[in-house]
Amino acid sequence: MEVNQYLEVFIEESKENLQTVNDSLLQLEKDPSNLDLVSEIFRAAHTLKGMSATMGYQDLANLTHKIENVLDAVRNQQVEVDTDLLDIVFDSLEDLEAMVTDIASGGDGQRDVESIVEKLNRIAQGEKPADVQQSNDTVKETAATTAPAETEVNGIQGLDEFELTVLQESNERGFQNVQLSVYLREDCLLKAARVYMVFEVLEQIGEVIKSTPSVDQLEEEDFDNQFHVLLVTQEDLSEIESRVMKVSELDKVVVETFSIDEYKINQQEQQKEQEQVQNEKEAKAEAVHTETKQENTPAPTNQNENAQEPKQQQAQNKTIRVNIERLDVLMNLFEELVIDRGRLEQISSDLNHNELNETVERMSRISGDLQNIILNMRMVQVEQVFNRFPRMVRQLARDLHKKINLEISGADTELDRTVIDEIGDPLVHLIRNALDHGIETPEERVAQGKPEEGTLHLKAYQSGNHVFIEISDDGGGINRDKVLQKAIDNSVITPEQGASLDDQQIYELIMESGFSTADKISDVSGRGVGLDVVKNTIESLGGSITIDSKLYEGSVFSIQLPLTLSIISVMLVEVEDEKYAIPLSSIIETAIIKKEEIMKAHNKKVIDFRGKIVPLVSLKDVFEVPGEQEEETHYSVVIVRKGDKMAGLIVDSFIGQQEVVLKALGNYLSNVFAVSGATILGDGQVALIVDSNALIK
Amino acid sequence: MSELNGQDEKIIVFQLKDEEFGVPVQQVGSIERMQHITRVPSTPDFVKGVINLRGVVTPIIDLRTRFDLHSKEHDESTRIIIVHYNDMEVGLIVDSANDVIDIPKEAIEPPPEVVGTVEAEYIQGVAKLERRLLILLDLQKVFSSEEVRELKTIEG
Repeated sequence: MEVNQYLEVFIEESKENLQTVNDSLLQLEKDPSNLDLVSEIFRAAHTLKGMSATMGYQDLANLTHKIENVLDAVRNQQVEVDTDLLDIVFDSLEDLEAMVTDIASGGDGQRDVESIVEKLNRIAQGEKPADVQQSNDTVKETAATTAPAETEVNGIQGLDEFELTVLQESNERGFQNVQLSVYLREDCLLKAARVYMVFEVLEQIGEVIKSTPSVDQLEEEDFDNQFHVLLVTQEDLSEIESRVMKVSELDKVVVETFSIDEYKINQQEQQKEQEQVQNEKEAKAEAVHTETKQENTPAPTNQNENAQEPKQQQAQNKTIRVNIERLDVLMNLFEELVIDRGRLEQISSDLNHNELNETVERMSRISGDLQNIILNMRMVQVEQVFNRFPRMVRQLARDLHKKINLEISGADTELDRTVIDEIGDPLVHLIRNALDHGIETPEERVAQGKPEEGTLHLKAYQSGNHVFIEISDDGGGINRDKVLQKAIDNSVITPEQGASLDDQQIYELIMESGFSTADKISDVSGRGVGLDVVKNTIESLGGSITIDSKLYEGSVFSIQLPLTLSIISVMLVEVEDEKYAIPLSSIIETAIIKKEEIMKAHNKKVIDFRGKIVPLVSLKDVFEVPGEQEEETHYSVVIVRKGDKMAGLIVDSFIGQQEVVLKALGNYLSNVFAVSGATILGDGQVALIVDSNALIK
Repeated sequence: MSELNGQDEKIIVFQLKDEEFGVPVQQVGSIERMQHITRVPSTPDFVKGVINLRGVVTPIIDLRTRFDLHSKEHDESTRIIIVHYNDMEVGLIVDSANDVIDIPKEAIEPPPEVVGTVEAEYIQGVAKLERRLLILLDLQKVFSSEEVRELKTIEG
């Protein structure tokens, strides 16, 4: 089957389904009696199983099937949901994810899942999850023999839609569907060879639809002494049996008619249950819609609503999937349009022709709208990044023996995809940091009179042209004196410098390179590479990070990010004949200052700007702009900032504000000092974009 | 000279001072007239800056400066040859670009110890054609010289 074209969709949808399973499992942990959630998980797992079987990823399908069995047991209230059970299911989920990732990166999605499958089997058979978890290795031997026993009972499993249709059709055309159970002799030496011979015989008399275990497994001799084959043929049963028995080393062959109806009955039962649940759900959703506010669920939590909302939207919104590359192409084309728009605006203002001006104005407006739409299309909800955190926090909390409640708000805040791609790792780092160093152990917390469970709050919101992400914890906070001492010990700063710093500046020392406050190195964080990496990543995205903290009460790490990276607003300035662009996001204001207002401190030019001493930097000197050094009576200064620090950039004149497309200088000229990129102006010339962060010390 | 035997290599020929140089046509993106170059600060002196090449910001190297030749006023015949190497795209300023020729593979010889004024390290080979002598540039050497590497490490 030609599968390549479906592969992308398969991977996308598998990831979505896994995410659904993941989210619902986390909710289930909080609300173990909620059987709706179990059905939800069941449905997602079932879809995943069907898809992976169709695509031929047997391991994936098998493992999902085992999870389904467990869920089924839960749904029928044969097994109770507890932490141990969830741990095992989470473990298997991790395996599933690994397989999907493997497939996405071109692998075949195979993975050794024997031990987890065995655990799942035993739970499905009614063993206590806790026992399963503990007596993991000892019972492996016995379990290995019980597992195939199950296949003996079930025969052929996991038929997908396509296969069912084939069977159905063959029935209608007068063929018959036959299930063979082939038993090899105990002393059979060449199992794979015998299997091959059996298949050869079968293919002469009919068509093999399916085998359990799969052909791959059979070839690798990954089965006991029996296997099942589903065959479409016109031969009668005894004829088949006698033909197959000609293969040597076979113990016996059981040939029987395979009934689709019987097979389907099982499936239908499952489906009915699901549909029922689905109907109930829809009814519930409608009830919410008509604002009767009669909530059926006993304790509707916030998260419960969240889980249902996207589903409703899916039904209402018509969406299509678009390849990201296409959006990138669209964006690139539009960027060129923006450049030409700038050029047209300039030409029309030079010509001063009425009709031309009008047309250009209209075009500018329309392309402005277009710009918004295109930028919006590239916007992705931060949920994409956030949704992996609940499980990570859960796992970390267990590893660290801490109790932590993760609260997430504003997950629907949107950011440009390029920013989203980069922001994940820094956030992981900060969260690990907060859990490891911030929140105390339950004993410590109780001793301090705090609730045993620590709270980590992840919050995103938009404000103006920026998105803020805050990570706050109610842990021990940052010990100012300890940080200061450590910074001095590690010669990040001198004691004299330390004396003049305020609290916030001291907190920010923990993000300097060469600093690490953890007294002992743990697995979770403090592996030498520290928060300085986080800080650098965020700054390279054009963002900034600030820390606020109160000892014994907690800390807040606040990240500010630009909405988009590709089109930015800049202030154009002139230095001699050269034009430079300074991003508006880093400009506080512009000023014209008299020569007399310039003072000297430590041999550096500074000015008094609204009560603050601001150092002056001459762009002409920094960029070695050719030209005479003239003494002027007035200076044009752009005040820029980086966090709390400021600097005044001396330029010759201001040209004005403009929207520009950010371009890289090319691979050949990466890393030019104080230049973050370039842009193309209306006249077709290139202007460099000043990286003011590099100029502020 | 047979031009159809597949053994030939198409070469773009350009002039620098009184010598002729060549780069394989596959590595050449386009040949541009001289245009406004935006200077990029704190780069080696042979990096003249960047131009807007149909919406792509492209760095420009002055080959005369690169080879320590006397620099010359740009005039009507001055050209910028846009070349690709690995994933870099760079423009080379040359005195003039005047020809595309086919050179039989066997006419290309390894560089002699000393060839004219350009240091042998930038030379991939020399092609002898009747009365012309063509110097084939090693773009890798032209691009990734000590200076550029220094630039990257100091400011990186």
